[in-house]
Amino acid sequence: MTTITLPETSAIDGMKNQPLTPGQLMWRRFRKHKAALFALGGMIVLLLYIWLGGLVFSRGICAPTGEFLTAEAYANCNDTAQKLQPPSREHPFGTDTIGRDILARTIYGGQISLTIGIFAVIVEVVVGVLVGAVAGYFGGWIDDLLMRVTEAMLIIPSLFLLIVLSKAIGGSVPEIQFLGRAFSGSVVVIIFVIGFTSWMYLARIVRANVLSLKEMDYISASRALGVSDARIIFKHLLPNTIAPIIVSSTLGVANAITSEAYVSFLGLGVQTPTASWGNMLDSAVKYLQTAPWLWLFPGLMIMLTVLCINFIGDGLRDALDPRSTRNV
Amino acid sequence: MVNYIIRRVLQSIPQLFLISLVLFLLMQAFGDPIASLGVRTPPKPADRERLRRQLGLDQPVYVQYVVWLAGNDWMKIDMDGDGVPETPGKRLGVLRGDFGNSLINKRPVSELVTERLPNTLLLMGVVEIVIIVFSLAFGVYSAIRQYSLFDNLFTGFSFIGYAMPIPLLALLLMYLFSINFKEWGLPYLPTVGMFDPQVGRTPGQIALHMILPVVSLSIISIAGYSRYVRSSMLEVLGLDYIRTARAKGLQKHIVVIRHALRNATLPFVTLIGLDIPFLLAGAVLTETIFAWPGTGRLFVTSISQSDFPVLMGILMMTGLAVVFFQLVTDIAYSFLDPRIRIA
Repeated sequence: MTTITLPETSAIDGMKNQPLTPGQLMWRRFRKHKAALFALGGMIVLLLYIWLGGLVFSRGICAPTGEFLTAEAYANCNDTAQKLQPPSREHPFGTDTIGRDILARTIYGGQISLTIGIFAVIVEVVVGVLVGAVAGYFGGWIDDLLMRVTEAMLIIPSLFLLIVLSKAIGGSVPEIQFLGRAFSGSVVVIIFVIGFTSWMYLARIVRANVLSLKEMDYISASRALGVSDARIIFKHLLPNTIAPIIVSSTLGVANAITSEAYVSFLGLGVQTPTASWGNMLDSAVKYLQTAPWLWLFPGLMIMLTVLCINFIGDGLRDALDPRSTRNV
Repeated sequence: MVNYIIRRVLQSIPQLFLISLVLFLLMQAFGDPIASLGVRTPPKPADRERLRRQLGLDQPVYVQYVVWLAGNDWMKIDMDGDGVPETPGKRLGVLRGDFGNSLINKRPVSELVTERLPNTLLLMGVVEIVIIVFSLAFGVYSAIRQYSLFDNLFTGFSFIGYAMPIPLLALLLMYLFSINFKEWGLPYLPTVGMFDPQVGRTPGQIALHMILPVVSLSIISIAGYSRYVRSSMLEVLGLDYIRTARAKGLQKHIVVIRHALRNATLPFVTLIGLDIPFLLAGAVLTETIFAWPGTGRLFVTSISQSDFPVLMGILMMTGLAVVFFQLVTDIAYSFLDPRIRIA
């Protein structure tokens, strides 16, 4: 395991070549993390499945209307005569309590779960980075105020906050059209709810980084040159703290997907007929014994996605750490 | 040290006020709690009005918050709806330890919570012990046998365990150990509740019913923490004083347990201490799935009934527990690690 491979070219030869860009360096380190590489492959397969799978697996005749349906319409077609069918040729993952095809629903539910994961992280990053950067850069009473509010948010466990917020603002947003699809308003609500209850740790990381960076000479130089505060923060400080932001937002997607699953599991998240991996688990407890396919497939999808994202995050952490000892 | 404690306590007071105000305002958007009162015939509009007055729900939000906070025994309230306050209030308010009454069954919140709290604490206490014992054991063993078969297998297992959503894990365990074991004629575990009503609330029954919730609550934490113990153990094992101890001819297990483990577990203490109150929240899903009569399940039922005094009670008690354990952890850590000086 500990064989040392000597570089094939000597240091002098290497210097004649083009130096590696940070991106290339990062990729070289990432590649060394075999599990992360494998997870990246798995993630690509998962993305293809939920992106293109609908074209292959989500088509068929919807018995009650007799129409031939494709895409999401098929996933939402309920045929009560076919309810709770075990996996078969026609329905490889079985059917749910009102006869919808579970395979098709894992595809469209996956789109919703991943959309929520990604957009919730965008909200999280915007809030967390702004709070952290402003608190760290300006210091003084602004820092005190923002950090006390951050701590106050951390006093209540985030699952409680999630549940209370979803109950309070759930159902208040109407259905919206986006990318040619109708999204239940609950999707938007849940994105903001997850985003607003998860930014605190990121804010602390960014603040700590900004606090140490702002004492550096190049920042004093920028200030002496009269560069504006906003420009110092966005052009000089944040690019230097991008590594932890990338790592924690990658892991944040996994957390957001799990949070969505928990809230929807309690019936407070994404509302049907829109499928999400979380709300597919919703009534599963009642059918624990009679229809295990009901909860097994969406549950496994969540697990696989979270597993892949966690490995990728782990690989990114190694790849982005400048003190990383991995051989480049 | 005393200064530090005082400052932390003083800091947390406005934070608790802030969070209570925000939560209280959010709960105003929960919908009408009267509508979810468990009565078969919907109340007549006049009854509804009277009920709202009795519960104090007719007042503006800020008055309701003040009453929740400071009680209303110092003012008179209008009970008969003629616009003239005549009945003296009876509530003492949260600041004097009165969390109000449940809107649904009129019982004091503190009574409802203290009824459920022992069940949750029992579950959590066992879970916490299981987590500490197993993550230390697995973490240390993985570290001293780094890259062995066990270490590699356990790494894989812990990543999978860490990625498991609680409902999937709980349902899988129930399916395997209750339903399949029953089908195969093996001794099987009960799925829901705290004891079999036909046998009664005996310690044996409770222990039997606790196995599945404890396992499903602890696996995810063990997966995460054992990695943490492993890496801090590896870090300590690479230090010079460990080599010195080995060079003196001390036996390996003494070096590992007496010298390395003591230092390696220091950060673990913080982790566990900060985690204790959060386990209360983690129990929300597990208690719901396994129908364990604890505070987590009380929270979920109260959410569906919009019973906000109960919700506020649970949330504020949890908040106090978090503040308390943060402080205890900080203090414990400064005793355990003399390098840390808190000021």
